[in-house]
Amino acid sequence: MAEIQIKNVAKTFGAYQALHDINLTIADQEFMVLLGASGCGKSTLLRIIAGLETATSGEVWIGGRRIDHLSPKDRGIAMVFQNYAVFPHLTVFENIGFGLRMQKLPNDEVTRRVERTASLMHIDQLLKRYSGELSGGQRQRVAVARALAMEPDVILMDEPLSNLDALLRMEMRAELKGVLAESKTTAIYVTHDQVEAMSMADRISVMHQGRIVQAASPIEVYRNPSAEFVASFIGNPPMNFLRAKPAGAGKWTVAGQLFDGPTADKPELQFAIRPEDMQPAAEGLKATAKVVEPLGAHLLVTCEIDGSLFRAVLDSDMTVRPGEVLTLAPQSNRVRWFDPETTLAVA
Amino acid sequence: MSQASMAASVPDPQPDPDATPATNTRSAGRFLYVSGVVLLCAWVIVPIYFLMINTLSSPETVNSFPKPFFPEFDLGSLTFFAGFAGMLSALKNSVLVAGMTMVMSIVIGAPAGYALSRFEFRGKGTFRLLILLTRAFPLPLLALPLAVMFIRTGLDDTALGLALVHTTLAIPFSVLITFSLFSGIPIELEEAAWTLGCTRLTAFQKVVLPLILPGITASAIFAFVISWNEVFAAAVLTIENRTLTAFLLQNLDTSPLHLKFAGGFILVVPALIFIFAVRKYLFAMWGIANR
Repeated sequence: MAEIQIKNVAKTFGAYQALHDINLTIADQEFMVLLGASGCGKSTLLRIIAGLETATSGEVWIGGRRIDHLSPKDRGIAMVFQNYAVFPHLTVFENIGFGLRMQKLPNDEVTRRVERTASLMHIDQLLKRYSGELSGGQRQRVAVARALAMEPDVILMDEPLSNLDALLRMEMRAELKGVLAESKTTAIYVTHDQVEAMSMADRISVMHQGRIVQAASPIEVYRNPSAEFVASFIGNPPMNFLRAKPAGAGKWTVAGQLFDGPTADKPELQFAIRPEDMQPAAEGLKATAKVVEPLGAHLLVTCEIDGSLFRAVLDSDMTVRPGEVLTLAPQSNRVRWFDPETTLAVA
Repeated sequence: MSQASMAASVPDPQPDPDATPATNTRSAGRFLYVSGVVLLCAWVIVPIYFLMINTLSSPETVNSFPKPFFPEFDLGSLTFFAGFAGMLSALKNSVLVAGMTMVMSIVIGAPAGYALSRFEFRGKGTFRLLILLTRAFPLPLLALPLAVMFIRTGLDDTALGLALVHTTLAIPFSVLITFSLFSGIPIELEEAAWTLGCTRLTAFQKVVLPLILPGITASAIFAFVISWNEVFAAAVLTIENRTLTAFLLQNLDTSPLHLKFAGGFILVVPALIFIFAVRKYLFAMWGIANR
């Protein structure tokens, strides 16, 4: 069992507060992705769990054992680095076996585990090579194999795919997900790539300015963002926002149209809808098309509603000309509301 | 060789009517560049060449006139040099002092280089500057107080005493070279080793040391050469146990010409070979990429 508990962890670098009071529980064998823009503190949090950075305050527990005072080697973790960190003076075999040799395992056990993880990562042909003779993708495989060979309780990955080219990244994404599920290891994966996060995670923790804004399943984060930041960070193109004025109990006016909404007593709310949840209809929001981008699978129309920019993803069979006025109806169960004061979602 | 390259770069006496001012400027610049290179090379190589000719000629030829332009590969001068009283023990002293300097400057300099490259601490920039400033003090200024202090502590006229002074001279370089070497090793390699079961010390042993060993060797050799070449402190601080440089300086006036040449040659050659062997690490010291 390797449940990870992060309790009230904070970190300051001089006057700069990198992490504010982080609380997070990651279940045994869960694949948790820390997602956020660069500088949001996600790597710092990972490095605190790994023991490469010391938290200013707070506790980290793995499998019911408090580990934040232990050195990295005693935490039962293995880590995969963004730039691979494959030792250049050792062969692939010795790289993968490095941690096992440090544990003073017998030779035949080292060989057995190195060969098993190498074949799992499809690098059994490369065991005698040095890292200088490997491509970026192969080095990445060595780095993952080296971590897996340790058979750790927790595997930590810091943007492991971001140095690979797009095609290789997609391939490795699926492969990594499969290998990790099979290894039954708890995994924490740091990335700034929302596609990676959505496709691999059991749960995503969206981080912003040193705080976890939302920690939920990928589909929940996508469908029910808990704050405006999450709504505009996840999804490409991001969610649309329009101003809504109260018009009686549970009724709100958006760009001259009346919508059912929350019964909150607020002077103003943000009406939010994903671009793909808009359909042309007889009645709805009046949108003036500005830019039309045919993307093959669908048509991306950037338009103007009530003075604000608005994106709609429409069927690629439609023909829309710039300047044309469209009538778009939002799918009512996909509409979300946010309080502009707190930026949080309003039910 | 120099004539050929000069001729190639001399502008055509009858310029091509199509030649634009730009190409003329370019060829003039090229001419300056090539002659500069040739001049600088000659500045260094010609004296060494004469040194070699005279060392590899018989004493008679060296002392006669006109001087030869090609060596006759006669070992007479070198044999005479080797047989000169006190010469071999001076050579032994030089090697001993340089060896001690080499060890001490690495043992002290490499940890400082590691600290500079891996840790952030207050006054880091000042510290780096101070390291260089130790070279700004002229040794003659320090020589008298040093001599007095050494006599009081009994370090005068010993190989260890001189090695200490030479270590002081060599340390700025060993710190800077090792600093640049350590900086060239990504911290992630060490971090990876820590997560794989290493302590700071074992990670250094198993990952950093194997990677930096060639560079450390180079830095050690450089320290050796600094000590090997140093003459002032050696002349002031030793009397009985002179190093080769100090010994030659002392006997320069009284010794015959072929002895001077042979001694000069013996001094120059190891330094040249060593520096040539470690040149790419010396570039690394100043942050120039290895080319």
